[in-house]
Amino acid sequence: MSATLSASTLLAVPLAPLVGSVVAGLFGTKFGGNHLGRKITHSLTILGVLIAFIISAMTLKSVIVDGARFNATLYEWMIVGGLKMEVGFLVDGLTAMMMCVVTFVSLMVHIYTIGYMEEDDGYNRFFAYISLFTFSMLMLVMSNNMLQLFFGWEAVGLVSYLLIGFWFNRPTAIFANMKAFLVNRVGDFGFILGIGLIAAYAGTLNYGEAFAKADDLAKLSFPGTEWMLITVICICLFIGAMGKSAQFPLHVWLPDSMEGPTPISALIHAATMVTAGIFMVARMSPLFELSDTALSFILVIGAITALFMGFLGIIQNDIKRVVAYSTLSQLGYMTVALGASAYSVAVFHLMTHAFFKALLFLGAGSVIIGMHHNQDIRWMGGVRKYMPITWITSLLGSLALIGTPLFSGFYSKDSIIEAVHESHLWGAQFAYFAVVAGVFITAFYSFRMYFLVFHGKERYDQNPDAHHGHDDHHGHDDHHGHDAKPHESPWVVWLPLVLLAIPSVVIGFMTIQPMLYGEFFKDAIFVDGNKHHAMKEMAEAFHGPVAMAIHGLTTLPFWLALAGVAASFYMYMINPALPAAIKRACGPIYRLLENKYYLDWINENIIARGARALGTGLWKGGDQALIDGAVVNGSWKLVGRIAGAVRWLQSGYIYHYAFAMLLGIFILMTYFVWFNR
Amino acid sequence: MTLTLPHFLSLGAMLFALSVIGIFLNRKNLIVLLMCIELMLLAVNMNFVAFSHYLGDMHGQIFVFFILTVAAAESAIGLALLVLLFRNKSNINVDELNSLKG
Repeated sequence: MSATLSASTLLAVPLAPLVGSVVAGLFGTKFGGNHLGRKITHSLTILGVLIAFIISAMTLKSVIVDGARFNATLYEWMIVGGLKMEVGFLVDGLTAMMMCVVTFVSLMVHIYTIGYMEEDDGYNRFFAYISLFTFSMLMLVMSNNMLQLFFGWEAVGLVSYLLIGFWFNRPTAIFANMKAFLVNRVGDFGFILGIGLIAAYAGTLNYGEAFAKADDLAKLSFPGTEWMLITVICICLFIGAMGKSAQFPLHVWLPDSMEGPTPISALIHAATMVTAGIFMVARMSPLFELSDTALSFILVIGAITALFMGFLGIIQNDIKRVVAYSTLSQLGYMTVALGASAYSVAVFHLMTHAFFKALLFLGAGSVIIGMHHNQDIRWMGGVRKYMPITWITSLLGSLALIGTPLFSGFYSKDSIIEAVHESHLWGAQFAYFAVVAGVFITAFYSFRMYFLVFHGKERYDQNPDAHHGHDDHHGHDDHHGHDAKPHESPWVVWLPLVLLAIPSVVIGFMTIQPMLYGEFFKDAIFVDGNKHHAMKEMAEAFHGPVAMAIHGLTTLPFWLALAGVAASFYMYMINPALPAAIKRACGPIYRLLENKYYLDWINENIIARGARALGTGLWKGGDQALIDGAVVNGSWKLVGRIAGAVRWLQSGYIYHYAFAMLLGIFILMTYFVWFNR
Repeated sequence: MTLTLPHFLSLGAMLFALSVIGIFLNRKNLIVLLMCIELMLLAVNMNFVAFSHYLGDMHGQIFVFFILTVAAAESAIGLALLVLLFRNKSNINVDELNSLKG
């Protein structure tokens, strides 16, 4: 442990945003009496996040330069039967990188929000929420034990719920946040089961102590079955990741979460919170390495998500939903990389994706502002002329997303494809096909959106829903005419775009060497090189980022990406009638995609309705009939009925009693005389 | 024809049955009830005397004296209760005396 990292400095990282959030939330909103104005609120929260970012950057520097590490418990919450529940920090390469990504994107989003939420009544409340989110996410990534991880996990889920339903008087937003919350409960249930199994068998929640016992756990089998205990633990943990990182089939909440304001879509539902699952699996790599079954499961789930969610992106017309499906697909890529034991590649893609996807979302938000809160890309076009900064940054983001050589997305995505190619687990071939095909799909939907929004004819005045429908706002933008030309957004909006565009372009080139093949994740991520040799083989084939980019020009993914761009250029710029013709030709497939593979239908009609039927059955049968009917009412009814019968014996007439006495004596006598000789 | 033990026992049984019937059939007067109980005791006494004579054991006849004494005391108490009852309820009609009912 190095002296350069002190506990109090690290403590300031999550606490600075928390203080900002609490002050803004208590005194800036109606809750505490609106004491703070908008300027003070946003200055305070931005200051908090800025402090967190500066300390994070310093931490990253000392981790890289001095090799500093920190792993200590700061506060002991309680001890229950030998199980310690503590608050502590673990800082290594993985944590330091996540801290920087989270605080940087959060800072950009804070600044951006000043412009985006300008006209909203909930301005101060929004700042309080996003600062609270930053605090929760930092607690999640900095934790050194699973309980604190779970606390952060639930806290980010809570803030996500609050922010999806930020416009709480819109029924769709309330529906979406409820859906996100419920779907995440399914995942969290698996997650807490996994943590519980670790606590039960390893007897500790601390990462280091639990990982030290991993080999012992690997020898056990799940009680009553033949399954390996470690496989059950890993799959339970991964179910948690499936909920939070929106993997098939628990992905259904993420597209709906676009009901929230765009800044949080960028911060929470693209760059940071949804990648918590990826981070968690990477953090738990010593456990996952021991179970090939769990890794295969991860590989297949990730591949399904990467490919099939990409298809959905093709037919979406809402600008935010296109980006949301792209996020789902990219999360699938990260998951595939986890499954291929290339944890560092997954985290690398997590980082590059955080930058370019936050950029794309914020760019989309900027377009939405320019379009006066119209989100339908069919009624955009030609925005390039009016919003040059948004245009150029979005183009850079899209190029990074599709994996253009030298851009950050190229390095991470190509590494994923390479890692899957080298993997020999069950399902790796399917995953390889899925990620390679996904490259074409990604390029196609990204540039479909790009061309429809920034190029082509201007179609603003043709929107039939211009007066109602898709506005991403409270609807008090009546001082704009809806047919007015778009205009470039204010500097608070485009500055974050520019600042995010820089890492989107260069970060991959700069960091691929240390992150994937260097020592950066040495003690954070564990790969069993004998069993899973993808990383080793990739390291042998790697000859620096420039060589990789040049080699990338000759490989299949590059040409597929190029084909995707060309196809979208042809279909949306040269021959705009073609998409409609294809739509008519492939009716059933189109309907399948339009209904999102009928997963919402299945959820609502089979799972939700089944659960309701089960609940009604238990309520009517179990509660009303058995407990209330048979046990509670039944017992008094039985007593009453017996008493009703018996009271006829109590007539009060002496001769009745005398008769009973005599009859009794007669019966007893008879018994003794005849049967008891 | 000589009187044998069965004759006496039959007489005792008949007296006992008569008094039981008296208890059940009587719906009017409580005094009749007391008289029936006395009759029951007499029926039992008849059996005692009969068995005593038959077995040549004087204990039975001594017991009869005890029973007669107890019966006399019981009647005295019973009649005293009756008087009290009459004072309170101003009748001694058996059908109306059902206040034992809960």
